[in-house]
Amino acid sequence: MKFTEEHEWLRVEGDVVVVGITEHASEQLGDVVFVELPEVGGEVAKDDEVVVIESVKAASDILAPLDGEITEVNEALVDEPGKVNDDPMGDAWFFKIKASDLSQMDDYMDEAAYKDFIG
Amino acid sequence: MSDALRQTPLHALHVELGAKMVPFAGYDMPVQYKLGVMKEHLHCRAAAGLFDVSHMGQVIVRAPGGYDEVARAMEGLVPVSVLGLAEGRQRYAMFTNDRGGIMDDLMLANRGDHLFVVVNAACKAADIAHMRAGLPGCEVDEITDRALLALQGPKAEAVLARLVPDVAGMRFMDVAVKVSQFGELWISRSGYTGEDGYEISVTADQAEGFARALLAEDEVEPIGLGARDSLRLEGGLCLYGHDIDEGTTPVEAALSWAIQKVRRAGGDRAGGFPGADVILEQLDNGAPRKRVGLRPEGRAPMREGTQIYASAEGGEAIGHVTSGAFGPTIGGPMSMGYVPSDHAAEGTELFGDVRGKRLPVTVAALPFTPANFKR
Repeated sequence: MKFTEEHEWLRVEGDVVVVGITEHASEQLGDVVFVELPEVGGEVAKDDEVVVIESVKAASDILAPLDGEITEVNEALVDEPGKVNDDPMGDAWFFKIKASDLSQMDDYMDEAAYKDFIG
Repeated sequence: MSDALRQTPLHALHVELGAKMVPFAGYDMPVQYKLGVMKEHLHCRAAAGLFDVSHMGQVIVRAPGGYDEVARAMEGLVPVSVLGLAEGRQRYAMFTNDRGGIMDDLMLANRGDHLFVVVNAACKAADIAHMRAGLPGCEVDEITDRALLALQGPKAEAVLARLVPDVAGMRFMDVAVKVSQFGELWISRSGYTGEDGYEISVTADQAEGFARALLAEDEVEPIGLGARDSLRLEGGLCLYGHDIDEGTTPVEAALSWAIQKVRRAGGDRAGGFPGADVILEQLDNGAPRKRVGLRPEGRAPMREGTQIYASAEGGEAIGHVTSGAFGPTIGGPMSMGYVPSDHAAEGTELFGDVRGKRLPVTVAALPFTPANFKR
């Protein structure tokens, strides 16, 4: 698993990368009340804003960590946004992306580096 | 100039309880505790929540002629009946400016020979200066050696009655002084959550002991400013600086209920407060715009600043959201904002611009959750 400075986790599953937010990010956000997901089939570029998360406090964005095509989104989050707080590293993934250049993954931190990053 | 944040007498307790502290109106205040905003909100609606509102201003106004003289003077600053306020009763009021705008909203209590005033933290200094300048012959004293706690929720009465005798007999907006093991408590049966409950002024040196005694009761959890905001919004209550300000009149803000007949045109003490010409005219003929409740369709909150449109496409914005959040009790998003009066009827379909998309929103009755006051 890799981690971005925006507190996303990336897990490679076959030819797609699953993207979610970390436990740390979920705690910082507070109670999540709304999630707006991207469209399946859409082409995104690295750093595009692809997901909007509304917590009780504020709206935040999730950026696309890689160039590629969105192949699947986690529809369960639409009805149960609170899953993002309950299980951010597991069931509450946001989208899967078919990366056009998997070497972009090399830019990201491993778990130990991420732990150092959040201190 | 120092940027140091002020601390309430309960600051150390908040930190000990694991609160997340944030700057608010010049104070270092708890925005949430370990439960988190959502659970704190629901706990307050189901049982009892303890809030530190010591940042708010507590002011005593006296005059040589006693309550009548103070009340008469205060009626020169607020559009409400202060002379008509019975002893031991409290009333919601607002300071107005010459344009009829609201300088602050506040609570006034008749405590026999003087007036007890509670004002918002952010407006405290300006309000005190305003009273000193505008209340001839009166002595205006800020009370700086007392904390202010709010105990809110359906279990508040049962909890407080264990520590302080005969608070159960108080009705909504009654005020009383009670002697307790925590010294002299100034209690009002009021709050700002839409729930039954009390606000209790306690001396600074007794505040922590009193708060700990309340928190030791099973029903009570500490509640931060985050849930205080969502509770008051569900309760349809205005937040100063957001839903009301110097540019909104009480009539526009749907606060006409706070202006008693005696201060309106034809009343015995009509007018005589700043902006009376504007406010009395609007009371008779209506205001061009009005504060309304707004229920967005779907789950996306429409937050403060969201522009409101009459149609799904085209046209200029007709209004805007002044407070918006997710309502934990109602299980959906809720907002308040201003729209033209001809678009203010309950059920009117409007559109809010959320990140460039116009999403449907319906004008809704306030409060979003029914008030639970013991009248």
